[in-house]
Amino acid sequence: MNEFIQHLINGLGQGSIYALIALGYTMVFGILQLINFAHSDVYMVGAFAGYYASGVFGLSNHPGFVSLGIAMITSMIVCGLLGFTIERLAYRPLRKSPRINVLITAIGVSLLLEYGGQIVFGSDPKFFPTLYSSNGSLQIGELRINAIQLMVFVISILLMFVLRTIIYKTKMGRAMRAVSHSHETAALMGISVDKTISFTFILGSALAGAAGVLVGLTYPKIDPLMGVMFGLKAFVAAVVGGIGNVFGAVIGAMILGVAETLVVGYWASTYRDALAFAILILILLFKPAGLFGKNRTEKV
Amino acid sequence: MKISMNILLFFVLFISFILTACDKKAQNQGSASTSNEILIGEVGSLSGSEATFGKSTHEGIDLAMRQINGSGGVKGKQIRVLTLDNQGKPEEAATVTTKLITQDKVMAIIGEVASSRSLAMAPIAQRSGVPMVSPSSTNPRVTLVGDYIFRVCFIDPFQGSVMAQFAHDNLKVKRAAILRDVKNDYSVGLSDFFKEKFVKLGGEIVLDQSYSAGDVDFKSQLTTIKNKNPEVIFVPGYYTEVGLIARQAREVGINVPLLGGDGWDSEKLTEIGGEALNGSFFSNHYSQEDKSEAVQRFVKEYRSIYNHAPDGLAAMGYDAMMVLADAMKRAPQLTGVEIKNALAATKSYPGVTGTITIDQNRNAVKPAVVLEVKAGKFQYKQTINPS
Repeated sequence: MNEFIQHLINGLGQGSIYALIALGYTMVFGILQLINFAHSDVYMVGAFAGYYASGVFGLSNHPGFVSLGIAMITSMIVCGLLGFTIERLAYRPLRKSPRINVLITAIGVSLLLEYGGQIVFGSDPKFFPTLYSSNGSLQIGELRINAIQLMVFVISILLMFVLRTIIYKTKMGRAMRAVSHSHETAALMGISVDKTISFTFILGSALAGAAGVLVGLTYPKIDPLMGVMFGLKAFVAAVVGGIGNVFGAVIGAMILGVAETLVVGYWASTYRDALAFAILILILLFKPAGLFGKNRTEKV
Repeated sequence: MKISMNILLFFVLFISFILTACDKKAQNQGSASTSNEILIGEVGSLSGSEATFGKSTHEGIDLAMRQINGSGGVKGKQIRVLTLDNQGKPEEAATVTTKLITQDKVMAIIGEVASSRSLAMAPIAQRSGVPMVSPSSTNPRVTLVGDYIFRVCFIDPFQGSVMAQFAHDNLKVKRAAILRDVKNDYSVGLSDFFKEKFVKLGGEIVLDQSYSAGDVDFKSQLTTIKNKNPEVIFVPGYYTEVGLIARQAREVGINVPLLGGDGWDSEKLTEIGGEALNGSFFSNHYSQEDKSEAVQRFVKEYRSIYNHAPDGLAAMGYDAMMVLADAMKRAPQLTGVEIKNALAATKSYPGVTGTITIDQNRNAVKPAVVLEVKAGKFQYKQTINPS
């Protein structure tokens, strides 16, 4: 029984990491109906931004919340700028083109970041510095909860509520929701569509930056292709939860994390990735809108 | 809109410029052997997640080449090594091997460290009649590909039994768990041989778990292992994953030592694993603490050029180049067949990593050393001879 609960805890830890990335995917999709494949690579850049920031500022000498905060903020700023640039240069010129063009461009941007990253950062894995001591762990009887796991979990839940508040309670959020319904109508109501979409990308990319640093902290090995598998898993999580739904993304990520951990723990590690995609196929077959997604009829 | 498109175009041009520039550099190094040069191909993982394997091996080969050329070369000719990167991918290793043989017409090939990649290269070298010497692929299947494939290191049946013996005799443990990389020929082979020997010695394998190269989360496997209470865990993977596994093992509360093979040998191991690896052991080809004159001279010369100590793979690269050059000197003519025959006849060659004699399966029979990880350093523990 203890083993099972420990697996559950590990699964939630794993799920929180997927959730951090899935949030950005789902938000951009919710507003633009665009699957931003470059998102997982922005997250990779975020991890490297944290890595270089801690090198430049000498953060690993003073592990603690302040250092972690500085690394995260630097990484969020870098990623926000990157997201803004990507949207400005790659997606905005295609605003009026068919959706498939934008999708293919997104894949192109993703490949550019992955292989450009290998030139800039080098393709061998880097060791992410210990910005926060991982030795502390909460022990309840036989169960162990790692301090970092717990922190990632709390942060991912917190970010979910922050995002919901931004989208549903602020003026910018209202503009985002308006743009998601119709660009033209939103523009007629005096909303700057370009500004709103830029903001969406900056927000989503900043989230990816935070995720990059937190993942670097949990699994201290970072390389330019680290976003590929995590990105796919996070995408699956977003679809399972109902893409476009912030709450669904977090739940989908937790389900995926727990399911993967249980499969590896009780069966075989080789089924880990197979399971994620099996879940994706099942959801698409039986509940195409995802667990919490609304069925939206396409306007003709 | 117009301006942004121009910027984008500029960016694309810039990137393509960088890419073509890299291509040019690679081309400059390559061209067929001239009459007073012997061209040897090296295939290594200079990038990718086992990058230190390729870099160390390359430095070892480079040092050997300098020394051979410094003392007059082979048959009055200078040796030139053409090095190609395979990014740590078997399919890329096969591609660059074909290129070395068909375009650059190399005399012989040195490579690879990883057995999976050597296995991808060996059939090509065999088919083309080009001798191939692997510095440190330990999976037995590598040289069984054909009579042109050699290695200068021991093989996994021996390496696996060394660790089983060590666990049984020195650590005095009875219960071991295995965590193997199922995508890796080396790791799978080593696990099987460890298991066989450990059970034969009266030990018990309480659990045999697996992961796949590239994974970053091992907590679920480790949680399952923890509940079986093993006294030792055998993790014969490569250093990047082993570092993460060690860290996470301590996080889930496993405090027993980890055991491994020569795939641990990299300074990156302790960089990633940190304190979690203290008190763990792995088998290797040589120890830089070895007091013998040959080793100490090698360590000193290596240091003077590269400013860091040679790891086991650097020593293997050095020996591979030296054994190959020795065979070329003995060969009556510099053809694939003659070099192959001379390699097969290698007997009691005094290498840095021990005395090298090539047996009938083209393997080297040599002792192994066991190293202990202590405060980020690899300390010599003991030498185990082949029985």
